[in-house]
Amino acid sequence: MKKLLLASAATALLAGPGLAASHSNEIKIGVLLGFTGPIESLTPSIAAGAELAMTEVNESGLLLDGATVTPVRGDSTCVDASAATAVAERQITDDGIKGIMGADCSGVTGAVLANVAVPNGIVMISPSATSPALSEAEDNGLFFRTAPSDARQGEVMADVLMEQGVKEVAVTYTNNDYGKGLADAFQAAFEKAGGKVTISAAHEDGKGDYSAEVGALDSAGGERLVVVGYVDQGGSGIVRAALDAGAFDTFHFPDGMIGDALTEKFGDEIEGSSGQLPGTDSPGGDKFKELAGDAADASSPFTPEAYDAAALMMLAMQAAGSAEPGDYKDKIEMVANAPGEQIFPGELAKALEILKNGGDIDYVGATAVELIGPGESAGSYREITIKDGKIETVKYR
Amino acid sequence: MSDILNALVAITNFILIPATAYGSQLALGALGVTLIYGILRFSNFAHGDTMAFGAMSTILVTWWLQSQGIGLGPLPTALLALPAGVAATVLLVLVTDRTVYRFYRRAKAKPVFLVIVSMGVMFVYNGLVRFIIGPDDQNFADGARFLISARDFKQMTGLDEGLAIRSSQAITIVTAVIVVAFLFWFLERTRTGKSMRAFSDNEDLALLSGINPERVVMLTWVLVAALATIAGVLYGLDKSFKPFTYFQLLLPIFAAAIVGGLGSPLGAIAGGFIIAFSEVAITYAFKKVAGYLLPEAWEPDGLVQLLSTDYKFAVSFVILVIVLLFRPTGLFRGKAV
Repeated sequence: MKKLLLASAATALLAGPGLAASHSNEIKIGVLLGFTGPIESLTPSIAAGAELAMTEVNESGLLLDGATVTPVRGDSTCVDASAATAVAERQITDDGIKGIMGADCSGVTGAVLANVAVPNGIVMISPSATSPALSEAEDNGLFFRTAPSDARQGEVMADVLMEQGVKEVAVTYTNNDYGKGLADAFQAAFEKAGGKVTISAAHEDGKGDYSAEVGALDSAGGERLVVVGYVDQGGSGIVRAALDAGAFDTFHFPDGMIGDALTEKFGDEIEGSSGQLPGTDSPGGDKFKELAGDAADASSPFTPEAYDAAALMMLAMQAAGSAEPGDYKDKIEMVANAPGEQIFPGELAKALEILKNGGDIDYVGATAVELIGPGESAGSYREITIKDGKIETVKYR
Repeated sequence: MSDILNALVAITNFILIPATAYGSQLALGALGVTLIYGILRFSNFAHGDTMAFGAMSTILVTWWLQSQGIGLGPLPTALLALPAGVAATVLLVLVTDRTVYRFYRRAKAKPVFLVIVSMGVMFVYNGLVRFIIGPDDQNFADGARFLISARDFKQMTGLDEGLAIRSSQAITIVTAVIVVAFLFWFLERTRTGKSMRAFSDNEDLALLSGINPERVVMLTWVLVAALATIAGVLYGLDKSFKPFTYFQLLLPIFAAAIVGGLGSPLGAIAGGFIIAFSEVAITYAFKKVAGYLLPEAWEPDGLVQLLSTDYKFAVSFVILVIVLLFRPTGLFRGKAV
């Protein structure tokens, strides 16, 4: 074992400078994700999604006259901000990365952005940070995300309910950043549209008894109960207790509540309930699935977003004619949005060619990317309803 | 008139029924804690996980019975499996007592050592339950779900408010009454019960009068295991079985036992209901009830809620602190903590 270690260390030492010499035209991109920690089961697939885009670009050989892109993986841990900033710092100073595909969870993303990316002038594109707070972060135009902010989901949620003529709702949210952020965003949007939130009460996950919460929600009243929680946690407990006590018959569910478990547990008891989750009917999704094959799990959360994040970064480099973050950061919105030729997954070579010839592209990608406001995905959502005990798609918005 | 009825029904549906069921579950748990404190003289932190183990063994037998097609009709099959669950739990706690607690008892260890030891036991039970059944939610309730559902009640009475009584709530309350009655009969009327009380009141005198301490200890564990299993199964039937929630139940259970007075069975029951009712009633929003009772002009805009539900758990602890400050032995004069 020791010998093997020595041997590989020696090879690495020898290979290191050799590689650098042969690939003077090498561009490194940091893949900063929580490879350990609470979302460690999701990260391998997210990283694979990003690296898929890099492989595709490398195979085309068209990026900046034959430059190759190398991913540098780093562990954001999802929860430990100091560990994540240390890793990002090392990626920039030691590895010399030109951009960060990451980070993943909203907390560490904000920390890396403020402490590392902005001081060093490095572009960050997160595939999965959804906290509304990041929209207002001080970023010098360096931060983007291919996942929509929960502020956007709050607006979509308000629209869905308004269109159904629901004017008064009670809200309960799981007591964490996701729940609180989304509940607040929804309340703001709903009240702006003329609706009324009778109560916004937190619930703790993993508690056995929710009768006190349901009692308060029922007393406050409302036509529908909005449950911003997790289907395998307290969210289901609330729904169960509300149904049993006869407090509410119909509910509205955001993304955390929608899953097979929901209809398995409640079936037609929640008939007529509504909800929405990120989703698109753009052909990009299917094309990505085809392209990913066995290399990445296309149905895993945030994997298509990661492909898009990496692709956007490289396309912007091509458009700017430079891999320096200061040059290409202004091109990201240009390649992502109209006008220009629409680009789907698997067409990165075509996009590079067009950009090289001075043309313009509109990157659609796997998730119908459209960057709005402070450089975040507009996000498309799938509106659903519960009919005959099954989840049915109403439309995309 | 119907307004008053509506208000009454709302209070019954959202406060009285859930709090009574929850209070019975806490009372059964607190009885176990209080028995151990009274007779073995330490706070058993492993009690929540003993409940989880008892519920788990009952669930496993329930599943087997269900697969054999054996059931109780409208009653949950788990009631049939309960004796087996109790037996498994009795075995577990007796083995634990032999291998762990007896050593410290013989060494005349201070109670605080035993508390720490019980925490160790808690972690072992914790792991054992997760190892056997996993950390996920398990559903094992069957039979009729409701005695009266909210919808039926509305149709029957024509009132705006519904009243729902789940069969699990009814079973919980009935079982709790039976178990408590049996326990009191046992402690007050039987020779063995009397010897247990004597041992609890004064260990030395009890030993002098020829009471066998090992027998008393064994009987205590058997009673505690049975109580824990029954409480655990009832709780699982009413809510759902998830190992982690039993661990969390430990806090309100101890609050109940201490408020009532550790070592006093009557206190444990009173404590359970005090904790449950204050948790549910203090965080209830009385807006709707006030809307029914008050003339329209007085109807409140706010929620008329004393405390937000976020502070549900704080309520038990505030009560605990108040009781310890003003009456350290608890409401029913248990042992000083």
